[in-house]
Amino acid sequence: MKNKEPIILIVVIFFSLVTYYLVEPFAHGVMHKHVDSENFQYADLPALTKSGNVANGEELIINAGCTGCHSMEKAGMPAPMDAVTAAQSYGVNPPDLSEVGALYDDKFLADLIKNPAHALKVEHKFDASKGEMHPMVPFYGMGGDIDQEVADMVAYLKNLAVSPSDVTPAMAFENACGRCHAVEYENWTQIGTKPSFKHEKDSLAFDIQVLEYEDSLKKYMGKLPPDLSSYIRSRSEDFLITFIENPQNHLAGTAMPRVGVTADTAEKVLEYMRDAGDTKRHERESIGKVVMIYIVIFAIFAFLWKKQVWRDLH
Amino acid sequence: MAHFTKATSVKDWLNQRLAIETVEKVMMSEYWIPKNINFLWAMGMVLVVTFVLLLVSGIFLLMYYVPTVDEAFYSVNYTIMREVDFGWLWRHIHGVAASVVFLVIYIHMFTGIYYGSYKKGREMIWISGMLLFVAFSAEAFSGYMLPWGQMSYWAGMVITNLFSGGSLHADALVEWIRGDYVPAQAFLGRFFMLHVLLIPLAIVGLIGLHFAALRIPHVNNQDGEEIDFNAESKKYLDGDKAGSKVMRFANDFMSKDMMVVGIFLIFLFYLVFWNYSFALDPVNFDPADGLKTPEHIYPEWYFLWSYEILRPFNIDLGLVLFGFAQVIFVFLPFLDRSPNTCPANRRGTMFKVWFWLMLSNMIVLTAMGKLPPEGIFSTIGLVAAIVFVVQWIALPFITSREKKV
Repeated sequence: MKNKEPIILIVVIFFSLVTYYLVEPFAHGVMHKHVDSENFQYADLPALTKSGNVANGEELIINAGCTGCHSMEKAGMPAPMDAVTAAQSYGVNPPDLSEVGALYDDKFLADLIKNPAHALKVEHKFDASKGEMHPMVPFYGMGGDIDQEVADMVAYLKNLAVSPSDVTPAMAFENACGRCHAVEYENWTQIGTKPSFKHEKDSLAFDIQVLEYEDSLKKYMGKLPPDLSSYIRSRSEDFLITFIENPQNHLAGTAMPRVGVTADTAEKVLEYMRDAGDTKRHERESIGKVVMIYIVIFAIFAFLWKKQVWRDLH
Repeated sequence: MAHFTKATSVKDWLNQRLAIETVEKVMMSEYWIPKNINFLWAMGMVLVVTFVLLLVSGIFLLMYYVPTVDEAFYSVNYTIMREVDFGWLWRHIHGVAASVVFLVIYIHMFTGIYYGSYKKGREMIWISGMLLFVAFSAEAFSGYMLPWGQMSYWAGMVITNLFSGGSLHADALVEWIRGDYVPAQAFLGRFFMLHVLLIPLAIVGLIGLHFAALRIPHVNNQDGEEIDFNAESKKYLDGDKAGSKVMRFANDFMSKDMMVVGIFLIFLFYLVFWNYSFALDPVNFDPADGLKTPEHIYPEWYFLWSYEILRPFNIDLGLVLFGFAQVIFVFLPFLDRSPNTCPANRRGTMFKVWFWLMLSNMIVLTAMGKLPPEGIFSTIGLVAAIVFVVQWIALPFITSREKKV
């Protein structure tokens, strides 16, 4: 009797793979728009031509009034108002500037200082010619060469911040994303990590603050930005990276600003999201290997048993 | 009352009361299986193992799952995926096995069709198998509702809407099924009950029927040869193991079953750990939102072919043909009028073409069911759906003209 099993196996595998290819890679390729990564180059923004002076930058930051809205905890400057009040005034709580030099691209920071709506790619929403001003006031210069002044400010911010390699996933996420997006699974709200309260009324009071903050945010953004707890599972990493890089590429006209993170910061943001929505991925890898070894041994024993039993049958 | 003697051993004690030796013979050592079969005959055991994996992982998930619209998503994606030790593993096994079980079911089904294993006394095996397919489909659909993600909600919305019957506008029936105007708490509660109690009970019962239906006619073989099981088993028991055409189910065929199961489990666990997105759809990791329709709504891959038979037509005709596609496989033993029980490839050109076209066309339907119904895809889908229906209508005619081989 001719053994037909190899050919049967090939037929079964062939039809299974064709089906898999059509309903997974092929169908998803058709359904989802492909967006090429810009590799966080921010090619549309002008390069920094001047080299900045840290001491001048420090003076400029104070004199230009940045700290009227932004805190700079590391330099001993607390937030002028709490997050809820700040959101009522500006729509969203302005970020602390302590680490921004490490988190965001230099070109982006420079452009942001001069023309926020342009750097953030929200000019469709804030059109200065129609009097729709972005809540962040542009820096018009202190009388000298504005490009030099901006370069000095960026140099100061970079000097103040930790080295980019010391940026943690939480630092990256909280500053770049966390003032609009909550992450329930990490206990993160837009006004910070929710502490554990001894008394329920304190906990409720905190929740009310979050709700008030979210009300301002809704008015500012048009809708409440989604909780990102399981976004690492609901979106592909490629989508997330290209979306963070430039939301307009995926969703033209969205109110979400381009946040201007560096490639490293974006990777840290993703790491934070993996911790939130794919917490057990390391365990999955290691357990996976052990299970595979076990199953392969099982299969070998099963094969040997079959050989032994069938020896007498032919 | 029967006569009982003092037992000489535990086995003897049990034997007098439960006839365990007879049962063992009937179900295992003297359950005769033809030798002329291949690894496709092990799919039944593969299905049993997969079902057990689903049952066991399901029991663990059931301990932590909360069937309320406010808590369901959180209990799955936070409690089970993060808090419970190995909860993620149970969920991945459950989700992936639920998808893979359908791949094996389809292989099992097409094996049956190819070798004519539904013919001449084996009709009840086929019918009980198709009832199992229906029960598994209901189980899969109800289970898909439980994480209460975007796809759960919207698939629930779309599928329950089918019961309005198109122009019949039986909206009251849809509301009765949902227990509400839209999928909500009543809907989730009843699908939870169906998924963890009623349908599993039906499945276990049907598995019993499926096995029982197999015992009398015995399994088919690669050539559809009619075997004298009495004579051949006598040969085997007399010592001519190699000359007999049959073997014991256990341990003879069981050892091969286990070998195939071993290879299958390597494949299954590779998917569980490294390639699970096809079974745990990313869209369903967004919580259900009745105000936000996902850009693409599609069922799980194993429902796509019948979904595509619904889609290309107007709603009334679509529903009629969808209903046709759901039930027509059950009638296969009666629609196939051929006197032959042998592999499709040997039954003459007509049936050979019918078989391979049916298989390929269902794959085309599956692919088109997932793709957005636009441009060339809707045309291909329409043609494939018509081909499917025409093939079934043609089956009795082409098989009754088949020559005896």
